[in-house]
Amino acid sequence: MDVIGKSVIRKESFDKVTGRARFTHDFHTTPMFSGHKVISPYGHARIIEMDLEEAKKVHGVRTILAGEHFPLTGEAIRDRPPIAVDKVRYHGETVALVVADTPFQAKKAADLIKIKYELLPVVNSPTDALQQNAPLVHPNLGHYQKEKGENPVPGTNIASHIKIRKGNMEKGWSESETIVEASFSFAPSDHVAMETRCATAEILPDGNIYITTSSQAPFMVKQLIAAYFHEDIGKIIVDTPLVGGAYGGKASVQLEILAYLASKAVGGKPVKVLNSREEDMITSPGHIGLDATVKFGAGHDGLIKVAEIQYLWDGGAYSDKATDLTRAGATDCTGPYNIENLKCDSYCMYTNHPYPAPFRGFSHSELSFAIERTMDILAEKLQMDPLELRRQNAILPGHMTPTRVRLNKSNIGRLPKCIDRIKELIQWDDGKIVEINDRKFHVKGISCSWKTSTIDAFAPSGVILTFNRDGSINLISGVIEIGTGTKTVLAQILAERLKMDVKNIHVRMNVDTQTTPEHWKTVASRGTFMNGKAVLMAAEDIIRQLKEIASCVLRAPKEDLEVADSRVFLRDDPSIGLHFKEIGYGYQYPNGNAVGGQIIGRGNYILRRMTRLDPETGEGQPGPEWTVGAYGVEVEFDRKDYTYRLLKAAAVIDIGTVLNEKAAKGQVMGAMSIGLAFAGRETFYFDELGRVLNPQLRTYRPLRYGENPEYLVDFILTKQLDAPYGARGVGEHGLLGMPGALGNALSTAAGVSLHHLPLIPELIWRTKEAKG
Amino acid sequence: MRSHTIVLNVNGEIHMVTVRSADTLLFVLRSKLGLTGAKPGCLNGDCGACTVNVDGWPMKSCLMLAIEAVGKKITTIEGLKDTPIQKAFIDDFAFQCGYCTSGFIMNCHSLIEQHPDADEKMIEEWLESNICRCTGYAEIQKAVKSVLDQKK
Repeated sequence: MDVIGKSVIRKESFDKVTGRARFTHDFHTTPMFSGHKVISPYGHARIIEMDLEEAKKVHGVRTILAGEHFPLTGEAIRDRPPIAVDKVRYHGETVALVVADTPFQAKKAADLIKIKYELLPVVNSPTDALQQNAPLVHPNLGHYQKEKGENPVPGTNIASHIKIRKGNMEKGWSESETIVEASFSFAPSDHVAMETRCATAEILPDGNIYITTSSQAPFMVKQLIAAYFHEDIGKIIVDTPLVGGAYGGKASVQLEILAYLASKAVGGKPVKVLNSREEDMITSPGHIGLDATVKFGAGHDGLIKVAEIQYLWDGGAYSDKATDLTRAGATDCTGPYNIENLKCDSYCMYTNHPYPAPFRGFSHSELSFAIERTMDILAEKLQMDPLELRRQNAILPGHMTPTRVRLNKSNIGRLPKCIDRIKELIQWDDGKIVEINDRKFHVKGISCSWKTSTIDAFAPSGVILTFNRDGSINLISGVIEIGTGTKTVLAQILAERLKMDVKNIHVRMNVDTQTTPEHWKTVASRGTFMNGKAVLMAAEDIIRQLKEIASCVLRAPKEDLEVADSRVFLRDDPSIGLHFKEIGYGYQYPNGNAVGGQIIGRGNYILRRMTRLDPETGEGQPGPEWTVGAYGVEVEFDRKDYTYRLLKAAAVIDIGTVLNEKAAKGQVMGAMSIGLAFAGRETFYFDELGRVLNPQLRTYRPLRYGENPEYLVDFILTKQLDAPYGARGVGEHGLLGMPGALGNALSTAAGVSLHHLPLIPELIWRTKEAKG
Repeated sequence: MRSHTIVLNVNGEIHMVTVRSADTLLFVLRSKLGLTGAKPGCLNGDCGACTVNVDGWPMKSCLMLAIEAVGKKITTIEGLKDTPIQKAFIDDFAFQCGYCTSGFIMNCHSLIEQHPDADEKMIEEWLESNICRCTGYAEIQKAVKSVLDQKK
């Protein structure tokens, strides 16, 4: 292999280090109006009165959208007004949108809008939401339009309830000699992509709707706006340039709707809606919260016989992707362990919190925290080594997943291998605790994870290849470059298949939904797998066409031809052949006759044999493969004030094949960093009115330079047989084990079991105080 | 609000622009001069994505008014060409999405110019003012250290 595995530099490298890479907000036509949101200051309140008079008088104001009943929106359940009417359901919800000539005029007017609210009782956690007599976030739940398979429960705050039932619970408990039960929780938080979300919209006289957006899902923008507002889908053209970080947060469709409505209100003129950092954190969807209860039963030997799990996901004020997150959490609910007798209830609960978008890992880092802490509690009770307990229960080929998918050597990686390697990487055998001095010591924690994707079974992924006159190839795919380097990896896959120099493959970075074949959404670590399959199919398509024309010119049967080094040639005499530049646009004979034409390759892929989950048992095929991993974290803990410093973080992921080494390691380290920040410090703090008290980067602090640990990353290579060169998804997996590993390390350090995130010194202190 | 016609020296070029009193340097660079390399990330100095170089020092351009920049030498990411730190960022994969990259490179570049002998502690003091959400910082550490090592 020449290109696969190499750290080929990113195709957009030079643009990104010179400031020439452009993101949505960097494009600004003149004239373009600015939209400024007015947001709810409360978690739950009735809008009694809205006075727009002063705002309308501001110079440059073109219109104010407020109080109008637009069609309800929402990906699974249509429960969300684009602009709140009568009632607000979360702090940060848009209640009005001012459209003005400049951003300053729009802001000035927005500040002059006077709104009178009447406070309503707040649902401040998913556990509160489930209580009898809890205030209802959506009294009209029974009347909303919804997608097939969605079953909200009217008269409650339950937006969905996914059941997993497997084996025989009674048998499982009767075989269990050791039982542990524990509850865990954490509040919603945020993705903190450095580029805040931005969307522009313009509607031309011919009815074409042009939207530019910082999105992971421009094709979904097109689909949803067509569905919500009864527009012709072909008239909606969504353009997405480079995206400045996403991590799932930009897979939700929200600002695009506001921009579209605003443009429509001003006669189709272009309008830009840009989030401030504060709005990006609370108005736009964030990272889901969770209240979990996990109960495991095991034999003396440490084999887990039975599990009963309840997940209450913080679905926030609107369900959007939250019911899907709830489903994903149920699908892999046990973590990567073989548990034959299983009952899991995964509920999506409406609360008065900002609503969730997907977040890198799609419910898996969240459920892993609960599962992996429970595993350590079980290990302690059994007096077993926590790594050994995991090794013994590791899910393997031949076992059945919670949704009863039979695993084989291809559709799951090798967890025991990951465990063995992590043991070496973090020098587990040297001891969990190493004393430094009378205040400080080093302590280690470990965890494991697994994940499959649970994306739409009808999700397409396509690629078009076109030739240039010099024989170079343009690669046009619907995958968004959100920072993962997938588009460069796709070029590597193509170069490998055609045995050509990757430099001669030009990657189109922008995606526009009219000329780019669809890749459903750039989510779920599925870009390389699905679009890579499409690239390989498109490669076969151009090879066939190249050989066809070469066979005619060279007067040789297609079967005798080979393709390599941008040439088509005779297998037994490579000196006889044609360069791509001679045939990529067809061939012209010396007398002027031409044959062929520009070669255009096409490829597409759709996941095979995916099914919906059975509503009673959860049985079904949610995704094509499971990536597994093992993790370790080492911290320096101060026993006096409970502060700690991250020393090392390790991850071993079974990635199948490494396609681009530096890019793959970068994905894993970056995901680990976000995971450690989520586990260690990031959360929204809510007051009793449901207000987020810290929507700013000085009160909500991601990891900064120097606060990061030393990263130790290694890969196990168990090929997924039907994936491009055997590679498994890896974009999310570095994150998944971090909360569990950090929670385990700090629980060991503090000598108390920690059950909440983020793991700040105050939490450790409180937990110790409560224990007495 | 009052407008002013001012002269700015950006990347060695002299520009005459009309600005409002309240316009930040970031806003003017981006919307009046078309220099969109400096990025808005938070508009209150927390994230560093808008970092430019003013008279040799890193400056968060969201915290400086355009009128304060008169008479100063401003360098933006667009003014850097083939510098060692840009090359190191590419070779070490020190960016993913690229949104924080301009600010990080301008900060690193200023550090390398001002303190070619910077030690680990000083690097950290300088670079902790910028947030990168994609990389986890290991590659940025490698890139900036490799350039400083070449200087030693």
